Amino acid sequence: MAAQTQAGQKTKSLAAAHAGTAAVLAGAVGLALVPLTGSTYLVSALTEILILSIFALSLGFLMGFPKLVSLGHAAFFGVGAYAAGLVAVHLAPNIVLTLVAGLVLSLMLAVVIGALSLRSTGIYFLMLTLALAQMVYVVAQKWESVTGGTNGFTGIPYPELFGLIEFDRASFYYLVLILAVASYFLLRAIVRSPFGRVLVGIGSNEQRVRAIGYGTRGYKLTAFVLAGAVAGVSGALWAHHSGIVAPVDLHWSHSAEALIMVIVGGAGTLIGPMLGAALVWLLENALNPYTERSTMIAGIVFILFVFFARNGVAGIVRNLWERIRR
Amino acid sequence: MGEIQALASHLLNGLAYGLLLFILAAGLSLIFGMMDVINLSHGSFFMLAGFIGVSLADDLGFWLALLATVGIVAAIGLAVELTLLRPLYNRDHLDQILLTFGLALVIEDASEWIFGSTIQSLGVPAALSGNASLLGVSIPAYRLAVIAVGLLLGAALYVLLEKTRVGAIIRAGVSNREMVSALGFNITAIFGGVFVFGLALAAFAGFMSAPILGVYAGLDFEILILTLIVVVIGGLGSLTGAFWASLLIGITQILGQAYFPDLAALVIYIVMAAVLLVRPQGLFQRKYA
Repeated sequence: MAAQTQAGQKTKSLAAAHAGTAAVLAGAVGLALVPLTGSTYLVSALTEILILSIFALSLGFLMGFPKLVSLGHAAFFGVGAYAAGLVAVHLAPNIVLTLVAGLVLSLMLAVVIGALSLRSTGIYFLMLTLALAQMVYVVAQKWESVTGGTNGFTGIPYPELFGLIEFDRASFYYLVLILAVASYFLLRAIVRSPFGRVLVGIGSNEQRVRAIGYGTRGYKLTAFVLAGAVAGVSGALWAHHSGIVAPVDLHWSHSAEALIMVIVGGAGTLIGPMLGAALVWLLENALNPYTERSTMIAGIVFILFVFFARNGVAGIVRNLWERIRR
Repeated sequence: MGEIQALASHLLNGLAYGLLLFILAAGLSLIFGMMDVINLSHGSFFMLAGFIGVSLADDLGFWLALLATVGIVAAIGLAVELTLLRPLYNRDHLDQILLTFGLALVIEDASEWIFGSTIQSLGVPAALSGNASLLGVSIPAYRLAVIAVGLLLGAALYVLLEKTRVGAIIRAGVSNREMVSALGFNITAIFGGVFVFGLALAAFAGFMSAPILGVYAGLDFEILILTLIVVVIGGLGSLTGAFWASLLIGITQILGQAYFPDLAALVIYIVMAAVLLVRPQGLFQRKYA
């Protein structure tokens, strides 16, 4: 009986997983068609949303599986952006170079911040990540000779690829789209790997996982560094897209924004945070022409999600999907 | 003014600043100890009290405005507790923390809407407008009053928590909520009371600091971060810890601004990192949380 229900659940979740993959791929194909409309505004907006969705995805991975709620994630985004920007301006705007620079620097920072903050758990962890990230923010603000100080570091060009491709608005959009889809499938593969199963176990009961004999701190640090590196890549893309990196990009309010995206989209899934990024972006930008109170509306929407839809957009979609199937 | 006098005056300023932080941190720490919830809207109520205080002070005068402000903020806090926080008590603590964060966003924008985005300041009462001299060091009388009030309030809190029946119930609730509830105390009402009391403290600090710091949009999160640093250094839920950490951060902040203006913002983070490297649980936390 029990085995039967388990098997039933397995086929059901398998079907759901395939439906999920299909939906993601269909969405990607749909997004790939957008530049054909010829709307530069739409392409720019979607580039921005996709970059933010990679950022939210990386935090969602951390919050959804090992259940590490960090409030300093923007540090990795920002450091990745600065690294890419500096390399693009002072060395060469080669996309491989800038992405690797963003990835490596944010990865190294994540090792340091992770090693320090993972000594604590829960709310202590949250505040340590916050404080350490703010420290990075202050450095970015004060180290004017390198970062340009409060005004930011400007003049970052679109990248190129070994003279083969000179990226412009549309081709850069495709690059971002490919990287967004790739990051999603990469993190999904990691979640489904034995390593990822341990992370899920840590999220639901760390003591038990430790009792079975796993060194949970190493697992958590690896997850933290991974999330930091992905955030660094999104930051590097951001630098190319906006042409400027400023301290606000690693301010804690940017971390908080990512946290809102994850909650609104749905922690515990990978696609949720990406959808959340889109929704939060729309809330902020679509409302702007009509009202100056977009922060308040975002806050109220956030509270409503905490109250009534704790699993976010992804949870709502899943409920609807299951109701339709039944 | 000699260098010693300058140093002494910085120290006194830092003491005043630290004691203001302590009043805030005490409320935050108390709420955390009781409910395991970090109130991320604590700074928002601090700022809100400043704005309300500025708009009331012209008509009511300083002292009456102080009373009214604390009353109004406590009433808002009670409404928030009853309508928003209470329904979440049986949920994950993270939900409650997220709620206070959403609340902080709403309050931030609402106060910009209502009170504008320019910096506002509150005049000190006439009786405290001059300079006082302490051991040959000249210091604004108002700051001296803040130091006195902060110390008195700290002592009062200590007596309240350690020597009274109410304090005993709260301390018992901090260490074992279920047991207190089983002994027949209405734990939900105690939660509500502690939350509102914590916010009243924040409002008091917000009003008192308005003449020193001014009130402006963005003050809410600025002060929240400082307060979080204080409670993390002191050890969450520890009043003694909050006291010493507040003084440490307040004085470090003011001395940093005076002697290393470029690095002032960094200094407190360095202090925090240094403390936490040696004691991840904070200075005064015995139990590792």
